Amino acid sequence: MAETDFLSGGLADPVMAGQSAFRAIMQAMAEPGTVHAVSDCPTPPGGLSRTMAAVATTLCDADTPIWLDPSLAGNSQVVKWLAFHTGAPVTAESGDAMFGFVSDTASMPTLDRFAQGTDAYPDRSTTLVLAVDGFDAGQLLSLAGPGIESTRRFAFAPMPETFIDQWSGNRARFPRGVDLILAGPAAVACLPRSTRITSGED
Amino acid sequence: MTHLDAGREEVIATYNFAYLDEQTKRMIRRAILKGIAVPGYQVPFASREMPMPYGWGTGGVQVTAAIIGPDDRLKVIDQGADDTTNAISIRKFFERTTGVETTTVTAQASIIQTRHRIPETPLAPGQVLVFQVPIPEPLRFLEPRETETRTMHALEEYGVMHVKLYEDIARHGHIATTYAYPVKVEGRYVTDPSPTPKFDNPKMHRNPALQLFGAGREMRIYAIPPWTEVVSLDFEDHPFEVQAFERPCALCGAADVFLDEVITDDRGGRMFVCSDTDHCNTRQDQGHVGEQQG
Repeated sequence: MAETDFLSGGLADPVMAGQSAFRAIMQAMAEPGTVHAVSDCPTPPGGLSRTMAAVATTLCDADTPIWLDPSLAGNSQVVKWLAFHTGAPVTAESGDAMFGFVSDTASMPTLDRFAQGTDAYPDRSTTLVLAVDGFDAGQLLSLAGPGIESTRRFAFAPMPETFIDQWSGNRARFPRGVDLILAGPAAVACLPRSTRITSGED
Repeated sequence: MTHLDAGREEVIATYNFAYLDEQTKRMIRRAILKGIAVPGYQVPFASREMPMPYGWGTGGVQVTAAIIGPDDRLKVIDQGADDTTNAISIRKFFERTTGVETTTVTAQASIIQTRHRIPETPLAPGQVLVFQVPIPEPLRFLEPRETETRTMHALEEYGVMHVKLYEDIARHGHIATTYAYPVKVEGRYVTDPSPTPKFDNPKMHRNPALQLFGAGREMRIYAIPPWTEVVSLDFEDHPFEVQAFERPCALCGAADVFLDEVITDDRGGRMFVCSDTDHCNTRQDQGHVGEQQG
């Protein structure tokens, strides 16, 4: 791979692509468990999914410290690409990050390792961006809470270990807690901290 | 109303799409996502100077500018009306800086920016209602210090708000608050619905549309996601109730809507008409007739 490859792969029209990607993320956050297409994605180096790259270029900049999981942090092309295309500083402390990018979702750190915000400022928490293979396989979850008319069935894979237990802890900390953006192939779904999750197969 | 499509040809090429720079939009977008994740919590944001004075809806304009795209169709209302100064100014602002289509028809709009009304036509899933908010803190007139109100929200210490409503009852015999009537969102945050008449509070409850609130001068953004529980504060023996009107709209005869009083002469003549002009015009087009036109 050439030394300057990280300079390429940006968006041809960052203003419009950022707007449409944000609307997808916003609708996904407003209606947890619904899947929204993100069509215009950047082309990052291998290791970082195109949808994760779209979330990064849409939401991250010099004001947002980001945390990268070991497989991303160890990929120098990905680190350089994110630095050049977003300007976001990388932090090694997961608790200091405004955004956390996780490509190895199955073995990610537990949710309580990230910034939870405070009771006075619950917004000072990490938003986690998780790479997922899709939304039509994996354990069936039942979602309830704001943005959901009654309950909504949802699945994503791979799922972090002990996810349902971790999430009930995250929900118990409300209004503190982390929010998840699940980046699938050219689509996103979200799980904000307000969502209650139970196993859908009970 | 004449359609302002002509404005699209004069989109100002020297401004970024929707006026704001991209870093500002990202900052506002991050605040919106936090607001959606914590319904009713006021997220601080770095409000920008806008080319209009504070009090003219700079918070709502910044929220709209951060979310609007070329596929959107925008409606702007001021006290329910599409044809008043504030609504026309903001609609023209977005026509010139984005070139998006605008409409006055509630059902055709994907984004509705509003000053102090929720349209009478029920909103649909996927629509976004953007409120312009002057004072986002419902506790502000009871406790002026931001450090204290922030702690009160953190501790869920809302007794003072019930005391205020109780004092209304002690003084007037009923809860006299008629606008900016406090609500509790999803059982957690006491939230200011912006100075909408309390008539509109029930529409916020489990509304299928996303409701976003922007306060420019006070630098706060908050949100109520679709289907969220929104309960107006009250007492068991003094339950929340909305305004009732003695007569229907004088122009379209609608009886279940919020009415504005219009003075018609200098001898005490007056009439009551729909505050929502689109709703009123639509009903008149459908053949509904009020007493003024009977």
